[in-house]
Amino acid sequence: MPSIDSIPATGANSGQMQKRLRPTCAGGTVDIEITCKSFRTAAQALPVLRNIGLTIHPGEFVCIVGASGCGKTTLLRIVAGLETDFEGAVSLDGRRITGPSLERGVVFQEHRLLPWLTVRDNVAFGKTGEQKPGKDKVASPGVSHYLDLVGLSEFAEAYPHQLSGGMSQRVAIARALAGRPEVLLLDEPFAALDALTRTRMQEELLRIWQAERTTVLLVTHDIEEAVFLADRIVLMSSQPGMIRRIVNVDLTRPRDRAGYDFAQIRKGVLQEFFMPPTPLPAAPEAE
Amino acid sequence: MSTPGQNSPVIWPTAAGTDRASAKVETTRFPFSEHVLGWVLPISLLLLWEILARVGYLPVNWLPAPTIVARTIYQLGVAGDLWKHLAITVIRVATGFLLGASAGTFLGALAGYHPLACKLLDPMLQAFRSVPSIAWVPLFLLWLGIEETSKVALISVGAFFPVYLNLSVAVRHVDSKLIEIGRLYRLSSFEMVRRIILPAVLPEYIVGLRSGLGLAWMFVVAAELLGASSGLGYLMVDGQMTGRAAIIIASVFLFAVCGKLSDWMMSAAGAKLLGHRAR
Repeated sequence: MPSIDSIPATGANSGQMQKRLRPTCAGGTVDIEITCKSFRTAAQALPVLRNIGLTIHPGEFVCIVGASGCGKTTLLRIVAGLETDFEGAVSLDGRRITGPSLERGVVFQEHRLLPWLTVRDNVAFGKTGEQKPGKDKVASPGVSHYLDLVGLSEFAEAYPHQLSGGMSQRVAIARALAGRPEVLLLDEPFAALDALTRTRMQEELLRIWQAERTTVLLVTHDIEEAVFLADRIVLMSSQPGMIRRIVNVDLTRPRDRAGYDFAQIRKGVLQEFFMPPTPLPAAPEAE
Repeated sequence: MSTPGQNSPVIWPTAAGTDRASAKVETTRFPFSEHVLGWVLPISLLLLWEILARVGYLPVNWLPAPTIVARTIYQLGVAGDLWKHLAITVIRVATGFLLGASAGTFLGALAGYHPLACKLLDPMLQAFRSVPSIAWVPLFLLWLGIEETSKVALISVGAFFPVYLNLSVAVRHVDSKLIEIGRLYRLSSFEMVRRIILPAVLPEYIVGLRSGLGLAWMFVVAAELLGASSGLGYLMVDGQMTGRAAIIIASVFLFAVCGKLSDWMMSAAGAKLLGHRAR
């Protein structure tokens, strides 16, 4: 376990992050400026995203919440580098994103583990193509570190079909982290899990985030999940997907799901979705 | 801490012991009786056949007794004829299968991987597939002569199609979500094939190889029946010409044994390759 003191906080953005007293990695700033993203069908172009402007700070935990079909997954895929056909620019630490890279780890709704590899080999797959020139990274921890981190050391030699849904998703998280990403992108990672497992996985994810100090961008349609996890919640409207509002969640962790403040924020977010849409070009940050 | 530690050795061994004991009873009893059941009919028929043949009800040049068939195989083995014929047949099957399966692997992978190659190749190959296998024989004899080449070519044709079909379909249907994982980790085309596509199609590929091998054994009979001076198929023709039913039945039996043995070897190799994964 690296100690918190050993990693220097960066000057940039540290002011805003100071309140959490959580020094961050050297990088992890995601700048999203998408003017338009559309899917072309045979007949016409369907707009999916329009005028998305968002900056995610190093070490920040941001949740994107929206109804299904609002383009939130597409937004995440753009940041992942899996979608490159759009108008605008997305960059990580000032470098423009043009394709997938190890510096952005992705976890999908399905675990997408390779069924012919053991848990250990699946996590090791995440280190594929790791040695990149020109990056002064510390020698990355081994596969065992990440298996420990997700609590699956004992299942290292198991195959994916022998794991439960929650365990598989943990392996997927370990695989995404094994490449030492600066940003972890999660696309409804717990949507397919049962309620109890989902709650436990949310706590696990927070623990992992605090241990690894990556920037996290998580897409979900579960408002409670977003309020429980996020520093900021980005609410999206549908067709085309636009940022409706950004909500800061200034609750100390661990958060009490049954608490009054928690309920207030959840209620506020919920109400936002059932109000008539008032698209705001520059979304003011509500408290 | 200490209480469960002291208790558990007392509780668990007995529980596990009874579990294992009852499990053992079940696992030994059912497979045993199933095996016996499976053998009942064949052995009864063999006995009936033996008795009817011994009594003289079945003429010996029509259906000789199983013991006579066994003795024929033994005599052929001692004389050395059996090994010569067996070896040449096995070599034909092996060569033909290797050639056909290689071509099937190459073209199947190409047609599966590349949409353009599929559009180019698949319609033609599908058309060829609908030609009945034996229909090739006269043409191959005309082109390639009566020697080994025509036989090996016919066997290759047989082995080719199952391998081609299974592989091209499997490659085309590799889970695009896993392909995307490959993209995410920036695998090169070669790495993508080696680390994602190949392992993903392995089960279907092995099925293709197994049915290809089965067809290779079928086609070797056709090839050897229609013009050969050696091989198990020739032995059958010889038995027919000379009116020795025992030799024909012996050859049929040997074909069955060879086919089963090679299939078993292939499936064992496949099981080893597939390891512990479940599909």
